[in-house]
Amino acid sequence: MTPRDQAKRELESLTPVAGNGLLHRRAFLRGGAMLAGAMSAYRLVPSASAQKLADDPWSLAPGAAVPDYGVRSRFEKNVVRTLSNPKAEPRTQHARTPHHLLNGTFTPNSLHFVISHAGDPDIDPEKHRLVIHGLVKQPLVFTLDTLARYPMVSRMAFVECGGNSAPMFSNEPIQASIQALHGLVSCSEWTGVPLSTLLDEAGIDPKGKWIVAEGGDAPHLSRSVPLTKALDDAMIALYQNGERVMPGNGYPMRLLLPGWEGNMNIKWVRRIQVTDQPGMTFYEARTYAPILPNGKAYRFYFIQEVKSFITHPSPGLALSGPGFYEISGIAYSGNGRISKVMVSADGGRSWAQAALQAPVHSKAFTRFRLPWRWDGGPALLQSRAWDEAGNMQPSRSELVAARGQTTKVPAVTAFTSQHYNAIQSWSIERGGEVRNVYA
Amino acid sequence: MSTRKSPALLIVVPLVLLASALFAQAPKLGKPISAADLSDWDINILPDGTGLPPGGGTPVDGARVYAAKCAVCHGPEGKGGANARLVGGEPIKNFESEKTIANFWPYSTTLFDYIRRAMPYRQPRSLTNEEVYALTAYILSLNKLIGEHDTMNAQTLPKVRMPNRDGFIVRFPDKTP
Ligand code: HEC
Repeated sequence: MTPRDQAKRELESLTPVAGNGLLHRRAFLRGGAMLAGAMSAYRLVPSASAQKLADDPWSLAPGAAVPDYGVRSRFEKNVVRTLSNPKAEPRTQHARTPHHLLNGTFTPNSLHFVISHAGDPDIDPEKHRLVIHGLVKQPLVFTLDTLARYPMVSRMAFVECGGNSAPMFSNEPIQASIQALHGLVSCSEWTGVPLSTLLDEAGIDPKGKWIVAEGGDAPHLSRSVPLTKALDDAMIALYQNGERVMPGNGYPMRLLLPGWEGNMNIKWVRRIQVTDQPGMTFYEARTYAPILPNGKAYRFYFIQEVKSFITHPSPGLALSGPGFYEISGIAYSGNGRISKVMVSADGGRSWAQAALQAPVHSKAFTRFRLPWRWDGGPALLQSRAWDEAGNMQPSRSELVAARGQTTKVPAVTAFTSQHYNAIQSWSIERGGEVRNVYA
Repeated sequence: MSTRKSPALLIVVPLVLLASALFAQAPKLGKPISAADLSDWDINILPDGTGLPPGGGTPVDGARVYAAKCAVCHGPEGKGGANARLVGGEPIKNFESEKTIANFWPYSTTLFDYIRRAMPYRQPRSLTNEEVYALTAYILSLNKLIGEHDTMNAQTLPKVRMPNRDGFIVRFPDKTP
């Protein structure tokens, strides 16, 4: 018996822990590398059949010069963000993260999602200034050079647009890739100066209750943030995954509010005013105020609540025939750490606990994984996450009962409402294709 | 007992030293800035009117500026074009209703603040305060929220009560740790 056959036998002898072939989260660990060798691959392009091995040209001559700034392999050119407004017409631009083509917990800087309400400004870091004023003892101005001398902190944090997953408010499931459905969330390691250090230096007046933060972009985009958050874990971020923040993500500095609505994490931040009341700026008074079924609207829906979705497999990433797969996905919560993710392959009738990739960071992507034996028949995959504050991801019917759904199928790019965090269901079709369904 | 006290003291002392060393690390490099040097950036308008500049404008003045600088994107008389309409709007029923100034915006001050910081889209910050007051007055009057001859200024604008003022459920801080 070949090692591969032996591994298959061992896997087949494992008792599933939940319906439709879900295996114990440590099954692969128990079987070691041999079991991993029995894994089937997800399919983007048809894979070539096995043939006799020979040395290829790249093994027979030295390679190219090493570049001063690395670029990925030319074979990875299809791993790109999708753009909503590539000609930069006068309206908002969206660039969405291809979750099905990435793995792990960080989003590469070039693939971090971006929403720019009037393009990405070309800011000269020497001329950029950050002002702190308003209800403070002494208004202060900082340069990038001076901020770079402050004690810094690094932390993992996801940033999610309040409108991420908006296509899921559609009354009928929209068939689109996970990138189109959930691509407005990304996760990075951010490094910068705690905002509390700078606010303390300016000296907060006891009447101060809010800050109004503003960017140096054309719309001078502004949002109000409660002072409690500003003094808790808010940061003026200068670095993103080790290098300076990307232009689309706020170069040379952005406000980072871990776990809170993306739009509030003011990019290109140039001014912070301490106030006794919220500013009721355009984006909080109008845009990020989701309307409820009774016609009222939520104001100040700040937290991005506990959420998860399976990225492997997902629409755009099909199964290439029956066999063993690793189901994996990402989970995150604006309320802290992910404490548990359960996975179902039979539409929620039975559940198995997924393994969480350590370390599990607060308010950051947590990768979950679970081995699965697909028998080639129909399956309905779901994931459900819990956070350490005890919040549980709602089902779609629970969310829709409270928040509503459309009466007509909207465009996949439409933002009918915001703050959608319900369970995502993927239907596995006989050929291995994956469809977005409501279950 | 005494033998247990001295090691405890030995631990306390370095901790205190460490704490004061950390405190001393905050370099305090912010430079004081005067109100005069800040004035071009100091543009937030709060809902109670805090921040509104001197001056004022009427719908008639606003109509002229609007035709020249806004109509190309928002249509004649705010009726909508490539970008959002600025007039009208059915009462909000659910999230398929279109949000407009008249049916959704809770505060009139937001209109002044937003036009001044972000419009016209290709030349933000190019309008004078008088022009922003006039445009605000024009848009409010098109929506019949003020009279055709009402002047908008720092006193009158915050008093304009928007129809959907009470149409909101405040979520913060109930769901906030
Ligand atoms: C080049 C096109 C363009 C021009 C010219 C323009 N705008 Fe706009 N306007 C926009 C866009 C795009 C938005 C939406 C911005 C967003 O949501 O981020 C907008 C949004 C607005 C809004 C918010 C509307 C709503 O209900 O959401 C107002 C008010 C507004 N503009 C007023 C003006 C005024 C007043 C002028 C003239 C001084 C003007 N605009 C000129 C493109 C334009």
